[in-house]
Amino acid sequence: MSVLIDKSTRLLVQGLTGREGTFHAKQAAAYGTVVVGGVTPGKGGTTHEGWPIFDTVHDAVKKTGANASVIFVPPQFAADAVMEAADAGVGVVVCITEGIPTLDTMRAMTFLQTRPTTRLVGPNCPGIITAGQAKAGIIPGHICREGRIGIVSKSGTLTYEAIHQLTRLGLGQTTCIGIGGDPLIGTSHIDALKLFADDPETEAVIMIGEIGGSAEEEAAGWIKSNFKKPVVAFIAGQTAPPGRRMGHAGAIIAGGKGTAAEKMAALSSAGVTVVKSPADMGQAVQDLLR
Amino acid sequence: MKIHEYQAKAILARHGVPVPRGEVAFSASEVGDIARRLGGRAVVVKAQIHAGGRGKGGGVKLAKSPDEAEAIARNMIGMTLVTHQTGPEGRVVSRVLVEEGLQMARELYLSIVLDRASGKPVMMASAAGGMDIEEVAAATPEKIVRIYIEPGVGLVPYQARELGFGIGLDGPQVNKAVKLMTALYDAFVATDASLVEINPLVVTAGGDLLALDAKMNFDDNALYRHQDIKDLRDFGEEDPLEIEASKFSLNYIHLDGNIGCMVNGAGLAMATMDIIKLAGGEPANFLDVGGGANAEQIKNAFRILMSDKNVKAVLINIFGGILRCDVLAQGVISAVKQLGVPVPIVIRMEGTNVDEGKRLLRDSGMNFTTADSMGEAATRVVELAG
Repeated sequence: MSVLIDKSTRLLVQGLTGREGTFHAKQAAAYGTVVVGGVTPGKGGTTHEGWPIFDTVHDAVKKTGANASVIFVPPQFAADAVMEAADAGVGVVVCITEGIPTLDTMRAMTFLQTRPTTRLVGPNCPGIITAGQAKAGIIPGHICREGRIGIVSKSGTLTYEAIHQLTRLGLGQTTCIGIGGDPLIGTSHIDALKLFADDPETEAVIMIGEIGGSAEEEAAGWIKSNFKKPVVAFIAGQTAPPGRRMGHAGAIIAGGKGTAAEKMAALSSAGVTVVKSPADMGQAVQDLLR
Repeated sequence: MKIHEYQAKAILARHGVPVPRGEVAFSASEVGDIARRLGGRAVVVKAQIHAGGRGKGGGVKLAKSPDEAEAIARNMIGMTLVTHQTGPEGRVVSRVLVEEGLQMARELYLSIVLDRASGKPVMMASAAGGMDIEEVAAATPEKIVRIYIEPGVGLVPYQARELGFGIGLDGPQVNKAVKLMTALYDAFVATDASLVEINPLVVTAGGDLLALDAKMNFDDNALYRHQDIKDLRDFGEEDPLEIEASKFSLNYIHLDGNIGCMVNGAGLAMATMDIIKLAGGEPANFLDVGGGANAEQIKNAFRILMSDKNVKAVLINIFGGILRCDVLAQGVISAVKQLGVPVPIVIRMEGTNVDEGKRLLRDSGMNFTTADSMGEAATRVVELAG
């Protein structure tokens, strides 16, 4: 078991013919993911690296039975790509693209409310990997190992860090979900935790948050009354100055709100094991499972 | 991106938000001319810097005549203005806004930001204008009225009326407020703003509504479609090292400590600052070199890091996923050879080809300190920075 993607996933790559799209499609296929083709408007009917290319997502879904898609298109076209995938009925849409205007994401998410069977992950995220089965995104497969821990994270390289620690400790991962560092994202910490709650193989969860917004506080509230599995959390940006955007569009302490201290306090009071150092995430999980 | 008050007012006025008559000036003599053009009566001279709290810092002054306005401007232009938002170093004032003086009956507050929890723009109004909204929210949250705008629908007049009546406007004033709020939302959407704030929004003695102050911030991701707004960027308001870094697509934020950091990924870069602090040190910067950093990028990053004279040691923390550790190590070695970095460098790397990367660093003959974990790296770099 796992969540969102597995061996049966049929993955479409929107923007497959681009440099990033090509590289990561090959990586996904090499990891064992069933990559069924790509979408590049205007290049329909051609093939690229052996994969069929379609003009529209509708066409691609009809011809390949794709049920998940990963988006590598430039920021000015990415919201459009998300809506197209949703309209074609794709179940899991993973948007890797960084730099999408917030109002574009807002419109796309309003559109997604009318397509409730589609789940958007991201944007501005490293995507999803189910250890030993499939990946949709850019998380390096070779650092993963099939195991017992789920990861949900706003950050890319911090996710790799957590994966690496779990692999080294022999705990391994079920599914790792990079939810993204933008102010508006399709899948929240709570959404991911709900998925892990229903996955019998996930025994514990590492939750990685960062400054900005209130998603971690909301997750703390939800965990307190709903989530039974052990959770270890790390919040990045404990030393970030207020009012500055720390790389991610959503990582900003605005009007004194969204500080790491508030998030850590909320999570602690919900019974979550909050680690101050990112080096301690894996060890803390191991201690909890003992 | 931030802009000045006078620029924000010009944008808002174009969308139909009433603002006082006024013009920007770069010299005292221009200030006198503008004051005379405005009718020779009382004017307000306002320092234009990208920070709030200007009034308390002496950056907003009333002048009863054009001559007095000119005299005020002679002191204000060139002064270093310190407010609670500038930090102790303050900002040098190079331009001022000269505006007609107004008879005010009430000071209100009005703003639009994105509400991340609901995914919708929220318009906030308060009867307590002229105060920091954070203070109002903390002390008297009941004084703030909020409405959430449906992205596909826009601001609906009843919502604007709810806000207007909610902050105690009378019937005729509410009608004016509906127009003003609609114009404000138009401006927010049309410019891809991340914040518009009018504080205070004033009701004049004659019952008119005007934006006496205005602040607009914009979504950096959307600037590609707003060349006119991009042109308003004032480099004088930004840190020179941050401007330099932005030329190379490096995400760099200058801080006060003495440990330079070079990291891939924003989350890991923040976490690296955190772990330095935990080890008892102070980070000199935030720096995300990105996922695909090459040798050239690493060289640029070193150059910018080392331009900060406070830096006494450097910590490189890289998780090589796509970026291979051997490529990183080669980049670091060649950058240090070319630039001659005069401070200790601690390198912690993990991930793809890490053993080969470490071997390259060891065999380089250079004085790198390598660490196997983030915790160890932080402890070492704090020791070396002294």
